[in-house]
Amino acid sequence: MSAVATDPPVLEVRDLVTRYPIRRGVLGTLRREPQQAVHAVEGVSLSLGAGEMLALVGESGCGKTTVAQSIIRLVDPVSGTIELDGRDLTGLSQRALRPIRRSVQMIYQDPYESLDPRLRVRQAIEEPLVIHHVGGDRTERRRLIEEALARVELTPPSMFLERFPHELSGGQRQRVAIAASLVLDPKVLVADEPVSMLDVSVRAGVLRLLDGLRRSGNLSVLMITHDLSTAAHFADRIAVMYLGRIVEEGPARQVVRDPQHPYTKALLSVVPKRDPRERSELQILTGEPPNPVEPPSGCRFHPRCPVALDRCRTEDPALRDVPGADEHRAACVLVG
Amino acid sequence: MIRQDTLSEAPEDLQPDLAGGQRNWLRKVIADSTQAKVGLIVLLIFVVISIFAPLIAPFDPRQQVGPVYAPPSLQHPLGLDDGGVDMLSLLIYGGRISLIVGFAATLIAMVIGGGIGIFSGYYGGRTDQALMRTTDYFLVIPDLPLAIIVAAVWGPSLQHLIFVIALLLWTTTARIIRAQVKSVRERVYVKRARSLGASDFRIITRHVLPQIGPLLIANTVLTIAVAIFDETALAFLGLADPTSITWGTTIEFSFLRTAISSGAWWAVIPAGLCVALVIMACFWLGQAIEDALNPRLKVSYVSPRGFRCRAVPGAGDA
Amino acid sequence: MTLLEVRDLHVWFDLPDGGRLHAVRGVSFELEAGERVGLVGESGCGKTTTILAMLGLLPASATVAGAVLLDGTNVLAADEDETRPHRWTDISMVFQGAMNALNPVKTVQSQIVEPMALHGTAFGAEAKAKAGELLELVGISAAAGARYPHEFSGGMRQRAALAMALACDPKVLLADEPTTALDVMVQAQILELMLRLTRELGLALVLVTHDLPVVAQVCERAAVMYAGEIVEAGRLDDLFHEPKHPYTRMLFAATPDLYGEGEVLSIPGAPPRLDRDLVGCPFRARCDRAFDRCKVESPLLVPVGDGRVAACHLNDEPVAAGADA
Repeated sequence: MSAVATDPPVLEVRDLVTRYPIRRGVLGTLRREPQQAVHAVEGVSLSLGAGEMLALVGESGCGKTTVAQSIIRLVDPVSGTIELDGRDLTGLSQRALRPIRRSVQMIYQDPYESLDPRLRVRQAIEEPLVIHHVGGDRTERRRLIEEALARVELTPPSMFLERFPHELSGGQRQRVAIAASLVLDPKVLVADEPVSMLDVSVRAGVLRLLDGLRRSGNLSVLMITHDLSTAAHFADRIAVMYLGRIVEEGPARQVVRDPQHPYTKALLSVVPKRDPRERSELQILTGEPPNPVEPPSGCRFHPRCPVALDRCRTEDPALRDVPGADEHRAACVLVG
Repeated sequence: MIRQDTLSEAPEDLQPDLAGGQRNWLRKVIADSTQAKVGLIVLLIFVVISIFAPLIAPFDPRQQVGPVYAPPSLQHPLGLDDGGVDMLSLLIYGGRISLIVGFAATLIAMVIGGGIGIFSGYYGGRTDQALMRTTDYFLVIPDLPLAIIVAAVWGPSLQHLIFVIALLLWTTTARIIRAQVKSVRERVYVKRARSLGASDFRIITRHVLPQIGPLLIANTVLTIAVAIFDETALAFLGLADPTSITWGTTIEFSFLRTAISSGAWWAVIPAGLCVALVIMACFWLGQAIEDALNPRLKVSYVSPRGFRCRAVPGAGDA
Repeated sequence: MTLLEVRDLHVWFDLPDGGRLHAVRGVSFELEAGERVGLVGESGCGKTTTILAMLGLLPASATVAGAVLLDGTNVLAADEDETRPHRWTDISMVFQGAMNALNPVKTVQSQIVEPMALHGTAFGAEAKAKAGELLELVGISAAAGARYPHEFSGGMRQRAALAMALACDPKVLLADEPTTALDVMVQAQILELMLRLTRELGLALVLVTHDLPVVAQVCERAAVMYAGEIVEAGRLDDLFHEPKHPYTRMLFAATPDLYGEGEVLSIPGAPPRLDRDLVGCPFRARCDRAFDRCKVESPLLVPVGDGRVAACHLNDEPVAAGADA
C-alpha cells in the first residue's frame, strides 16, 4: 500500500462530464425534439498517484468504461479537466495528443480481440515503437521488445516473438497486450476489465503481474472492473460508480469493510463469497439501474435506496468526508 | 525467470480463423476446394489462349477463307461465319478483347468502389452519408440507356465500353467493402491502434486492408464475371466498336446476319459457350473464396434436429 | 429415488483432421429431487459438453458412451425420437448466453408458449395463461409477456429464458453459466430466484459455472471437473475447508475473496490436450504436489469421506507425499 501521497498525482481528473448524443433522426429534428443524450459520466473526479492502483468499480451503465475512454481520449468529454503530470489534456487536438499517448496506455477486456490476428507478437509490440519513433534501428527496437516480453514474464522471448495470437492462450495474449503497452514506458495504465475474460486459474497471474509492475516501476494503474473482490485484493483505493457519478471512494480495505454509501453496502452484500459458511445478509436491490438518459432527480440512487429519506428526492449530495476515516468519502446525506 | 509456459499445450482453436496470420490462405482455399480449382483452371486456360492467340489461332480472324456460313469441317472445326472467316480463330482472338474489357473494367470498378467503400466505412458520419448517396445515384442509373447514350454521344469504342461497365459495377463493391470496413473498424485492435496514436493511413493500410483483402479478392473475381457478361451484352446490342473482335460482336454479327435462320448454329453457340464458361469459372472461383471467408462457425454444439448421439456401447477406454 | 443419474459418461468429438477429442472422460454423478448441484471447472473441462449430453444435444461429430438415467430410463442410449419427449418436459436447460438468444421478432410470451405447443403440454389460451404464470414466477409481470426481448433488460431476459426452460414443468433444470454476463446485483437476483424456484417447485438444479463463489452460495454439493473428468465432488463446505484434490485447493486459492487476506495465486501451465491419450494424472503438470506415481498412474475417483469422492494419489499415501494430504 503506498504511503499518503505527498507528491502531486500523476493523473488528475476533475469534474469530468462525457455524454453520448442520441441521434434524433430526421423526424425528430424537424419536430424540434430536445436533443437527448446518454449522461454517461456526470462529474467524476479522481486522482492517481505514482505507483498507485485505483479500482473504478460499478455495474454496467455506470460510466466507468466511458471514464477510461475519456481519459485516453477515444471519446471526447463535454467538460472537465484531465491532467497528466499537471498538463491538461482536454483542450488538445488529436494531433497534439499523439506524443502524450505514450504516457497513457489502455489494456482492453477481450484478449481474443485486442491483438491484430495477422500480426506476430513481435510486430504487435513493435508497432507502438514505430508509431512514436522510439528506438532508432531494428536492433534497438528488438531489444526493447524483448525487454517488454521479459517484464510480462513471457520468457524466453524467442519462444514468443514469432507467434501469432491464435497460437497463444488467453492469458498469454493479455500479457502480450500489456507488453505492447509497456514498451513505450507509460506512466499510467488504464486496464479495462483486464481479466474478466480469462480463466480463473490464469487471472491471478495477470493481476499479480499488473500489481508487480506498478509497485516496481514508475507506473500507476487505473483498473476498471465490476469484480469487487479483485478490486479489494489488488487496489490501493476503490471508487464506486453509480449512474455516472462516484458515490464512494477511499482506501480499498476501508471501503470494503466499512462501506458508507447504501449502494456500496448493498453491492458488497451480494458479492458471493468463496466460503460456503459465509452467508452474508443479502441486500438485493430491486430492478436495475435506471436509464442514463434520464437520471432521477435529487440523489441518483434514491429510487432504489433501502434507506432513502424524503430529502433524497430533491437533494443531490456531493462526496463528503467520512468522519474518523482517512481519505474516505461518500455521496450520501447520511454520512457525516 | 524461466516459466514453464506450456506453449505446446496452449489451447488452440480447432478451426483457426482464416485471417489469422496465414500467408497462403488463398492457396489453401483453392487447394481445398475442387470448385475453386476447376474455376481457376478454366479461367487460366482462357487467359493463356488469349495471350497466345496469334500462335494458336489457325487462321487470320479477318481473312475470308471460305464461303459464308460454311458448316464445321475438319479444316474448320467450328465452321465459318458470315464473312467466311474461321470461327475458331474468331473465338480465340475474341477472347482477348472480352477478357481485357472484363479485367480492365473490373480493375477500375474495384479501385473506385474499394476506395469509396473504405473511406465511407472508416470515416463514417457525413463522409459516409455523402458517399453513399452518390453510390445510390449510380446504382439507380439504368445500365442500358447509359451505354446507349455514351455510345451515341461519344461513339462506340473499347475505352468507352470499359468506362461504362466500370461505372455500373463499382457501386456493389463499394457497399460490400463499406460494410466490412465498418465492422473491422470496431474491432478492439483497431481501437487500440487509434488510442496508440496511429495515423488513419497506418490503420487503414495495416489493419483494415489486410482484413478486407480476401473479401476484395472474392468480390473482384465475381465482378469480372459480371463485366464480361456486360461486355458481351453491350456488344451484342451494337454498342461496342464494330471493328473489334470480341465474343459479343461475333454473336452480334451472326445474329444480325441471320445466322440462326440459316441454321448456322456454329456461328452463335460457341461464342456464347465461351462467355458462359468464363463466367461460370469466375463464379466458381469467387464463390469458393467467399464461402471460405464466411465466419467458420465452430462445430454447432446445440443441434437437436437431425443430429444425434450414436451410443457406442463398450467403445473407448476406461 | 435418484432423479437423475449420470453413469460413466464419455463423449468424443471427431476432429476435422481425422483425430478424436475425448472431451468427457468417465463422468458419473447423481441428483435427487430438489437438490442443487454445481458443476465447476474452467473452459475446456467438459462441463458444458456433459450437460448437453444429458439433454441429447450433441452434434453429429460426437460419439457417446455411458448412461444418463432419468427416473430410471436411459435417455442417452435412445435415439432422437425416444429422447425428444423427455427433453424439456423432464429435463430442460438455460443455455449460456440464453439472454442473447431470444428471438427478437417474437414476443416473450410466444417464446414461452412455443415449447408447450411443441411438446403438447398445453395449447392456446391455456398455454398463454401458463406463460403468464411462469413470468410471474420468475419475477416479471404477466403483461410484460406481450413485449419483445429487446425491450427487456439483461436481467429480465435471463428471467425470461428461465421461464422458457420451465415451460413444460421439468424435474431437472440445467443452467449453463446463467449469471456470467450479468452484473453482481442482477446476478444476486437471478441466483435468489433460482434458489426460490428449487424450493417452491422441488426442482433439481445442475449449475454449471467457472465461478466458484457462485456455486458456494447456491449449491449444497459440487463436482469439480478438469480435463473431462470429475476430480473431486462433495459438499461445498468440505471442498473449501478440506479439499482432497490439489486442483480444488488451487482453484479456490486463485479466486480473490472480498475480505480475504491471503495471496491470490494462479495455476501455472494449461490443461492437457484431449486429442491425445493421457498418461497418468491429467493435472500432474500443474500440480504443486505431484510425485512419481502421478506420472504413470491415472488416479481413480474414490470415496474419501462421507459423501465425498476425489481422484488423487495423495489421498492414498498421506505419508509418502511428505505432507498432510
